[in-house]
Amino acid sequence: MDNAVLTVLIAMLGGAIRVSTPFMFVALGETLTEKSGRINLGLEGNLVLGAMVAYATSYLTGSPWLGVLAAGMSGLFLGALHGYICKLPKVNDIAVGIAMMSFGTGLAFFFGKPFIQPQAPKLDSIPLGDWTGNPALAQALQVNPLFFVGIFLAVAMSWAFRNTKWGLIVRMTGDSAASAKAMGVSVDLVRFLATAAGGFLAGIGGAFLSLYYPGIWNQGLSSGQGLMAVALVIFARWDPIRAIFAALFFGAAGAIGPALQAVGITSGYYFFNAAPYILTLVIMIISAGSKASARDAPGELSITK
Amino acid sequence: MNDVPAAKGHAPSLQAIGMTKVFGPLRALDDVSINVDAGSFHALLGENGAGKSTLVKCIMGFYSGDKGQVLLDGQEVSIRSPRDARANGIGMVYQHFTLVPSLTAAENLVISRADAPDIIDWGKETRALAAFMDTMPFRVPLNAQVSSLSAGEKQKLEILKLLYLDQRFMILDEPTSVLTPGEADEMLGLLGGMAARKEITVLMISHKFREVKAFCDHFTVLRRGRFTGSGDAKTVSVADMSAMMIGDTPIRERSGRVQSAGGRDVLELAGVFADDNDGASVVKSVNLKVKAGEIVGIAGVSGNGQSALVEVLSGQRPLADGGIFIRGERFEPNRGAYDKFKVFGLPEEPLKNATVPKMSVAENIAFRSFDKPPVAKLGWWMSPGPMKAKARDLIARYRVKTQGPDAPIETLSGGNVQRAVLARELSGDVDVLIVANPCFGLDFASVSEIRSQIMEQRNKGAAVLLVSEDLDEILELSDRVAVMSGGTINYVSKIEDTDRNTIGQHMAGH
Repeated sequence: MDNAVLTVLIAMLGGAIRVSTPFMFVALGETLTEKSGRINLGLEGNLVLGAMVAYATSYLTGSPWLGVLAAGMSGLFLGALHGYICKLPKVNDIAVGIAMMSFGTGLAFFFGKPFIQPQAPKLDSIPLGDWTGNPALAQALQVNPLFFVGIFLAVAMSWAFRNTKWGLIVRMTGDSAASAKAMGVSVDLVRFLATAAGGFLAGIGGAFLSLYYPGIWNQGLSSGQGLMAVALVIFARWDPIRAIFAALFFGAAGAIGPALQAVGITSGYYFFNAAPYILTLVIMIISAGSKASARDAPGELSITK
Repeated sequence: MNDVPAAKGHAPSLQAIGMTKVFGPLRALDDVSINVDAGSFHALLGENGAGKSTLVKCIMGFYSGDKGQVLLDGQEVSIRSPRDARANGIGMVYQHFTLVPSLTAAENLVISRADAPDIIDWGKETRALAAFMDTMPFRVPLNAQVSSLSAGEKQKLEILKLLYLDQRFMILDEPTSVLTPGEADEMLGLLGGMAARKEITVLMISHKFREVKAFCDHFTVLRRGRFTGSGDAKTVSVADMSAMMIGDTPIRERSGRVQSAGGRDVLELAGVFADDNDGASVVKSVNLKVKAGEIVGIAGVSGNGQSALVEVLSGQRPLADGGIFIRGERFEPNRGAYDKFKVFGLPEEPLKNATVPKMSVAENIAFRSFDKPPVAKLGWWMSPGPMKAKARDLIARYRVKTQGPDAPIETLSGGNVQRAVLARELSGDVDVLIVANPCFGLDFASVSEIRSQIMEQRNKGAAVLLVSEDLDEILELSDRVAVMSGGTINYVSKIEDTDRNTIGQHMAGH
């Protein structure tokens, strides 16, 4: 029994590391966008399109890292489109976000059909657990470099929000557009750039899905992870470091189902697989009533206004 | 771009000559000139809509004037945008703050600099800011988030920001409206001192003659977009200044105060608590009784829970704890109870709180009666005929200037919106009247009329609760005054047993 518990825990650790990366990138991208005062609900579209573009590029060029870059660029394109449309007068960013979600996934399915069958080169991982001598642990500690890139990005963003001119300008734009305008900052430009950059990060999250874990391209690949990551930003109260922990937490929850199955507990498999979704709902309910969350929310977000 | 370098370290003089600005059919500014000497503390007076803000917005470069020139230290400068104004050392403190609430005071200061570094070395900046603060007459906690500062501290930070940016020609737009009298006097005194030492030049938009007399050295008056006078603030009398402001507008005579025979308690607030939108307690255990035929004025600096209290009384905010009683019966703020107890209200910002802007004047006037005969049959079948007839009658009686009963109420001027609300609320029998900042932003004539109407209701025997940030209004109308500070009432007194200073001290929470 101890062994089984250990197996589940190790599987959850491995799951947290593997599954969390796309959450991380999407959540970091959304944090940046929301800090500038705009919501992009369409990052699910960026994620799926990024996954498709990464897979296709890796298959066609043979270089998975080129695929990652291409995925980022596709996300940048969708983000920039969202940012541009929202600059137009009387446009609601939430409505545009939902449209972009459908647009992104639609594009991905349309162009992605021919790439469902072929095998594309995958991203390599760094084996960090070989020294433990425990094959399960060693397998769990196979870590993709993008995981570290995500953590580094979170630390860098958190630092930049406090210590750089651009960080302060993004926060200023997100919290009080009137003040930003009074200082001669172009609010629309800042939000456009923040949405485009956020879209880039979400696209990279998609590359991780198709090129590492689960490492395939099909239409059910993301199953709403992009949307969950947006919820996660609220849970993380718009803080990049907290977003990393939230992503790890979601990742671990996502690994419960497969882990239990691995030790022979099959009853409630679908229920445990639904854990991340239930978690999203619970988090939304809790954070909706949370005063701390209300305080940390950027003042210009259309949901808080 | 500019011939004159930014004023460094000394107070500049500023002249605006022949400023004219036309918006469609309206001449908002008509050949207005103003002369502010270096190191002067200059008051800009005028009623709402007199053109004061248009004038300063032209100087600040928000509007480009149709005619006129601005001279800084005697040389003409071209100011096409707020950025140009800033480069010329002209800065402005607005009525609403332009600080970013989630940033700290230090972050706000550093990011406001045009040459803010890409990567901020906080060690160095903190030392520089500390050195800067040492030269300032007042200070503000630099590492606190702006949202946690009091209104007075925010106002000081706005002024510090101008000095930090070396903007030594300062335009202040009603800077004391959010301060206690004590804070206001302290701040104006310090600015006056800096001006006297020729460190800054100040142009202050104000309504408050008391402050103008006490702190300013010169003044300029505008009325309906024209220059109507200027002079030495120390020697010209308040009566003369207000004559320049009001001109020959006829003012309805104020209703006198009828000695009331000490009615019985009508409205009672018992341990009223309320929370703000974030769930923090903003009204804490308010206890107050209002008698029939009495006006109780609640004084206080804005943001001390008065708005929340009025919202509770008008049903816009839930009561967290405690109770409201009218003639001993529990009062739940809902439509039925308003009707039963004859409770009426004049909330602040009537266009937002008491009307539906896009609906017609007639419909807005019918809000209290649309489900009763003669407007409605059986409680739901509405006939527009009687509704319009009633509206026409009230529009005439209350002299509401409107294109007709069918005009959307948002097309009316502020004073007329308030008159329409007054017509709706005061035309029947009133037992309890709840009034909040009824004259905010209105011209003299409307102010006088609205105050008379409130006094008339009192004389007829209504229990009136008046919440106002204008201490003069409280002193003029109230029979008793209560002071609200930090969400609770900390002082109640008969009006004849108190004075401005005592009230001011309690407003500051002492």
